[in-house]
Amino acid sequence: MKRNVSRKRLSHLAYSGLWSLPLPIWLALFFLGPIILLVWLSFWDVRNFALTPDFQLENWQKILGTDYFWWAYLRTFLIALSGAALTTLVALPCAIAISFFLSMRARLIVLSLFVVPFFTSYLVRIYSWQIYLTENGIVMKTLGFLGFEIDSLLNSPLALMVGLVTLTLPLVVVIQSISMLSLDRTLIDAAYNLGCGPRRVLFTTVLPAARPGIVIGALFAFIFCFGDFVTATYLGGGRFTTLSILIADTVKSGQQWPRAAVIALIMIATLLLSALASITFAYRKN
Amino acid sequence: MTKSTFTRRGLLKTSALAAGTLAMPSVLRAQSVTEMTMLAWYGQAEPDAVAEFEALHNVKITPKYYTGGEQMLALLAQSPPGTYDLIHADAEYVQQLVGANFVEELDAEDYPFDDFFPEFHNFPGHWHNDNLYAVISRFGFLGVSHNLDAISVNEAMSYDVLWDEKLRGKVGHFDWHLPNLGVLSLRDGNAHAYDIDAAAWDKLQETTLSLKPQVRGFYDYGGVLSSLKSGEVTAMPGIGEWITGVLRRDGANVTTTIPEQGGIQFTESFSIGRGSQKADLAKKFIQHVSSPDGQFNLANLNVFPAIIPSKIGWDRMIAERPDDARHLGMFKEDGNAIDLIRQGRIHIRKLPVQQDLEDWNDFWSAYKSA
Repeated sequence: MKRNVSRKRLSHLAYSGLWSLPLPIWLALFFLGPIILLVWLSFWDVRNFALTPDFQLENWQKILGTDYFWWAYLRTFLIALSGAALTTLVALPCAIAISFFLSMRARLIVLSLFVVPFFTSYLVRIYSWQIYLTENGIVMKTLGFLGFEIDSLLNSPLALMVGLVTLTLPLVVVIQSISMLSLDRTLIDAAYNLGCGPRRVLFTTVLPAARPGIVIGALFAFIFCFGDFVTATYLGGGRFTTLSILIADTVKSGQQWPRAAVIALIMIATLLLSALASITFAYRKN
Repeated sequence: MTKSTFTRRGLLKTSALAAGTLAMPSVLRAQSVTEMTMLAWYGQAEPDAVAEFEALHNVKITPKYYTGGEQMLALLAQSPPGTYDLIHADAEYVQQLVGANFVEELDAEDYPFDDFFPEFHNFPGHWHNDNLYAVISRFGFLGVSHNLDAISVNEAMSYDVLWDEKLRGKVGHFDWHLPNLGVLSLRDGNAHAYDIDAAAWDKLQETTLSLKPQVRGFYDYGGVLSSLKSGEVTAMPGIGEWITGVLRRDGANVTTTIPEQGGIQFTESFSIGRGSQKADLAKKFIQHVSSPDGQFNLANLNVFPAIIPSKIGWDRMIAERPDDARHLGMFKEDGNAIDLIRQGRIHIRKLPVQQDLEDWNDFWSAYKSA
């Protein structure tokens, strides 16, 4: 009898182990391995434009000791924060409408439509925005027709935000909607029964209950904005040097892959800390 | 009377034999095609550049494109000798190719230097200790590229126009420090754009930073083309007909002016890669592009037009493509491209002499971030 139980237990362990196996393999191959490689690379040297294995701190001292790195860091952080906040604000009414005011059929159609942008490459979408925002583009012509005299929208902070919202909005809307759709509706009914008006229900019941979804959506937006290269280059015109642009410049000039690795590691550390802080806030008990 | 019988097996055999016979010439041809590798700037090994040579010598040129001389050097450093048969490089990197032993020595007798203007017989950078390592293929000048609706050629005769109030937010940069800092160094009055002492280097940084309020953006090749074409940018220092020539083909009203303070010369050349197993074929390729026909073809490459060093090539350009020839400076009258060189207004693009390349890189990053 005892032998039967242990055999059953072993078989259960083997079954669950089999299912769990891809996760550590994936993480080891595509997260841990590359991170170790990146850390190692950050101590290498470049001699005659060729990478040379070494162990020297010069790359870290060089990057951490330059003003332009810290300016780029601050700029990237602020741009990503603004992008995430703007996307969250734009996505919120969309998610509320999808979750509470649309029929099941309409909800499915709208959510599907939010997935459609992913069918086209992000680069192509950003190039399309260039055509709209350029000097002779539709937006500028319309504004001119309405009597607004603006030099150009391209290479402006507004163009940057347009690009970042284009990148992140569909995903954030979907995350927020899923979060709101999974809310316990009896809480909302209870709030109404206790005499709350719609505004109070929204601010005291819906938003606090949907907080994990809203925060995780904002976190994803922040992560995408923080690492984005395409928008900063093609809608920002390279005027706003972000860390991604700095990585590209560092590699292009002098083939300094080790210094680029230092910047990449600082970016990863920033994103990990941001993710930890966001998740803690999202699931914090009141 | 014999009875002929058609069987399925017989039909299949006959079909296979017929198909094999028909396909044989192309199979044989495909088998005999020699493959040659070329490390080149983007677009320099496209069909318009190499198809004629490929057909003549039954060879297939496989390009590996790079963007920037430093990437080229890194690719060579990471590849075993013999990986690339032909190397297409800018003059300022040829000395580094020689220093790193990446290229074979060439015999000047093999190439038609007598057809070239005398300025290119002993072109600096291509020779090392009286030995030849690269043959010039084409070149161009960098000055101020501008939209003629916004800035006239007269206005562009001084780099000072870049600081003009009407160009506020309308100046663009091709995102590479060497040509930009080179022309701004000339604007500062340096006799040698890249060979400047510490005081001149400080002054150059100050001059460059003072331009930042005028700057609309920093662009890659595609961005340079679209920003000048759309009118988003009306002037760009440090680029030349290699951009405006392409835009004019598309109807844009743009040109490149070499200001009185001078311009920078970029120079393309071909070398044979160290350890190439097809060095003879590579030599034939260089001879082909140095011939009058090859030179005419090089002047009109789809990727961008450029000036050629061949005198006979110039004659053909003037006769067959007079407008393009004039814009490029290939005409007989005074003020042509060779005159500009002889007047001392043109300075060859180089790596910085008295500073480390890293100093220039760092400053450019700081300038972009300012």
